[in-house]
Amino acid sequence: MQELINRLKELLTDGTVVRAIGWKKGDMPYNPEPAYFTTPEELDDFVYDGFCGANLSKMMIEAGKLEGKTAVCLKPCDTYSFNQLIREHRVNRENAYIIGVGCRGKLDIEKAREAGIKGIKSISGVEIEGDGEVVFDTAYGQKTMDYKDLMLDRCHVCKGKDHVIFDEIIGESQDTGDADRFEEVRKIETMTPEERFAFFKSELSKCIRCNACRNVCPACSCRKCVFDNTKFDSQQKANVDSFEEKMFHIIRAFHVAGRCTDCGECSRVCPEGIPLHLFNRKFIKDIDDFYGEFQAGKDPEAQSPLTDYTFEDLEPKDAVGRGDK
Amino acid sequence: MYSISRDKLDSLYSAIAENYDLFMPLKAAGKTNYGFWSEGAEGDIDTLKTIRSGKDAFFPQVEQLYTVNREFIPADVAGGEEAEKAADTPIRTKLSITPGKLVDHDFVVFGMRPCDVRGIEVMDNVYLKDPVDSYYKSRRDHGIVVALACHEPEESCFCTVFGIDPADPSKAKADVATWLIEDKLYWKPITEKGEALTAKLASMFEEDSQADAKVDAEKAAIENIAGQLPNAELSLEGWGAGKTDEKFDSPVWDKVYKGCLGCGTCTFVCPTCQCYDIKDYTTKDGIQRYRCWDSCMYSDFTLMAGGQNRQTQLQRFRQRFMHKLVYYPTNNDGMFMCVGCGRCVEKCPQSLNIVKVIKAFAKETKEVSADV
Amino acid sequence: MCDCNNGRDILVPQVGIITGITQETPDVKTFKVNAPDGGKLFEHMPGQCAMVCIPGVSEGMFSITSSPTNKEYQEFSIKKCGLLTEQLHGLRVGDMVTVRGPYGNSFPVETEFKGKNLLFIAGGIGLAPLRSVINYCLDNRDNYGRIDILYGSRSADDLVKLQEIQEVWMKAPNVNVYLTIDREQEGWDGHVGFVPTYLKEIGFSTDCIGIVCGPPIMIKFVLQGLKELGFTDEQIYTTLELRMKCGVGKCGRCNIGSKYVCKDGPVFRFDQIDELPNEY
Repeated sequence: MQELINRLKELLTDGTVVRAIGWKKGDMPYNPEPAYFTTPEELDDFVYDGFCGANLSKMMIEAGKLEGKTAVCLKPCDTYSFNQLIREHRVNRENAYIIGVGCRGKLDIEKAREAGIKGIKSISGVEIEGDGEVVFDTAYGQKTMDYKDLMLDRCHVCKGKDHVIFDEIIGESQDTGDADRFEEVRKIETMTPEERFAFFKSELSKCIRCNACRNVCPACSCRKCVFDNTKFDSQQKANVDSFEEKMFHIIRAFHVAGRCTDCGECSRVCPEGIPLHLFNRKFIKDIDDFYGEFQAGKDPEAQSPLTDYTFEDLEPKDAVGRGDK
Repeated sequence: MYSISRDKLDSLYSAIAENYDLFMPLKAAGKTNYGFWSEGAEGDIDTLKTIRSGKDAFFPQVEQLYTVNREFIPADVAGGEEAEKAADTPIRTKLSITPGKLVDHDFVVFGMRPCDVRGIEVMDNVYLKDPVDSYYKSRRDHGIVVALACHEPEESCFCTVFGIDPADPSKAKADVATWLIEDKLYWKPITEKGEALTAKLASMFEEDSQADAKVDAEKAAIENIAGQLPNAELSLEGWGAGKTDEKFDSPVWDKVYKGCLGCGTCTFVCPTCQCYDIKDYTTKDGIQRYRCWDSCMYSDFTLMAGGQNRQTQLQRFRQRFMHKLVYYPTNNDGMFMCVGCGRCVEKCPQSLNIVKVIKAFAKETKEVSADV
Repeated sequence: MCDCNNGRDILVPQVGIITGITQETPDVKTFKVNAPDGGKLFEHMPGQCAMVCIPGVSEGMFSITSSPTNKEYQEFSIKKCGLLTEQLHGLRVGDMVTVRGPYGNSFPVETEFKGKNLLFIAGGIGLAPLRSVINYCLDNRDNYGRIDILYGSRSADDLVKLQEIQEVWMKAPNVNVYLTIDREQEGWDGHVGFVPTYLKEIGFSTDCIGIVCGPPIMIKFVLQGLKELGFTDEQIYTTLELRMKCGVGKCGRCNIGSKYVCKDGPVFRFDQIDELPNEY
């Protein structure tokens, strides 16, 4: 981490960049805050450890409009989102100085809470270079957990340790994947329609329409979201009935289909722990099945299968078999 | 004081549900939120913090205000012209209004933590002040609050900063105070409403001579932990009634707001946030006018057709915290609008929260006075 | 705040019927509203507002432009500038709307204004709330001193209630009316120039209370002009306007600092406004 801080200080001092986007120390050991740094002194509060799960690529949409270059710290999975934003002309590549930061998986404090750990005073073992267990010093005694058990769900289906876009790389990365990406999706596909409906109804009834998922999603960058537009009846701020609970998420999944890089931010930020990534992964799986394997954001020049028509494409009538697949 | 053994709690819920609607923390799909108990639901009073606070009991996310029925009268009379007498004006569109029903039967809110109970007190000062909001009042009148002490406070909790005692719910504005210690739930009615509820459930409880000792020990244990929590010593100096001029134009706002997405999560999980919007929902049975939670963090919160608005996220961010820490105290004898529950600390996607704001200002004040 | 909602919650409105519509200017219409039985919907004081709603569309806060001394009906002068106002402009006589009110404080016509000289300065649709006060004063003429009215608009076609101004106000005792339009226009031989400029040209004496209403930029320059003439903040009143939903200071939307414009306003004196933070 110190190497990263030193490099950022260098870039600011020598004028290569006017500001840097990274993480600032949180008030708790597990909540670092995505922040701007404009002076080397401010970088004394910079932190990069296992809890820095936030995807900073979306902040470049606004930062790219400011004067001068902005350095941004992106983990391997974040770089896919950045590429996708370039593809959609949402970010200015010229204004960005991308530092590909090393990653060995990021952590989810909810997993610690589910294991009954609370009253946390300090946490060790979450540094970027590290290998051992994570140790919690709490008001109820010391607890330990395995790094892998604490990891965010999305890290278990890691897309790979390589940054797909960068100006320089600092730190080593690991491919932390140890699960099948579409296993959860397949499990739901084998359910009967009634079971599937009951599952999603129970999950989505928790939804409070807080919009955290939409606002954090790099694919959701519309200046005026359809759900904020008073000219449509879709502008409802709350779920008046259970139909609306599902409508918001299904519509959003459709809007990002083909553009979602599966960065996992939506599920990470949901305060109710709804597995939103399931919708998006189902779409990704279907797109892979129908149109050939495609990973959004891997190649900024590639055409998305949903906007590229070839003779080999699946017939619509075969793509929309209801409830069978 | 009474007690009931833990393994009989489901029967207690069942007994309450026979005469009242029971609104309590329920575990569903892996998370605990308030909901109406029914046979087979999993009551969960072990989890310290429900994701949504208990304010739903009195201020639901969606509430029917009234329904309007509209009838278009066919114009065989030359419509559209002014009549001699107003009462003779031929009607083109007929409207009739049916006010929404007020809650008219008692219900029990079970397992509310002292911070959430204080949150209800905060909302009382807004909704029960003239002109009284009758929807809120009817719920308040019919609601019986059973508060529960916080067995193991979490690091995000800082209710003690606002004078709330997590160990003793009898100090909160509740009707019954309870403690869940090991294998028993201890039950102490506080108000007349609480006594009445206890009387109805008398067969479920037993007088417990050990209760006082157990509860005192638990209170001491909780207070010990609460004192060790990282934010127990958070200072509110510089905040409160009348501090608008001091804080409003401070350069600190520019430093703290940048990560804010404007999503609204903090406002929805907060026990005291009470801003609402009024909207229409057109159905074939009439137009329903309802109110729903709104968030000052949304970009259209103050948007007018004529133009003026809080246009930057800085203004909106500042509005939220000024409201909580300055405007509300100014209008309510110094009472703060934050209860230290720590939900914003846990749930903000960008890890911003009220503690960070307070600390940023404290740091700035220290630096400025160091310079002088 | 009145408790006159017939036992219903303050958020539940009454039904009103539109009994007359006048096209004042290309984008302003005045609506006469009555209760379905022909009487007035409720009583109000000058400066107060009401929430008018087209069910299914939206609700908006509008100042009641008629004076309470009008025993027969109430009037709203509404400018077309958004979704709700566009739909309102599409209504006809005989259509019903829902109305609830009155909300807000009123101009102190029975206290501070009594016995004083009054100077009204308005721009465009800003005349609407002031008209309620002016007509109240004219109907209780002996209670007030000299009344000066300075009113300007973009063009002669945008002068609201021009007929009433010319046939009633200009002919009332001890009332001086000064009209102006922004740019030269054929058929207009009155004053041409912005309201703040005209104000300086006339140069009013400070022996009166100023009441200003209009677009924010006009208010800003008028205030400057009045200060230059020697007026103090305690002598000048205005009404503020923000997006409102509940109208009773509960939904948290219309606050400036710790004051709610719907409840503590919309009428404010400028020294009170000085104490509010610089939000907008």
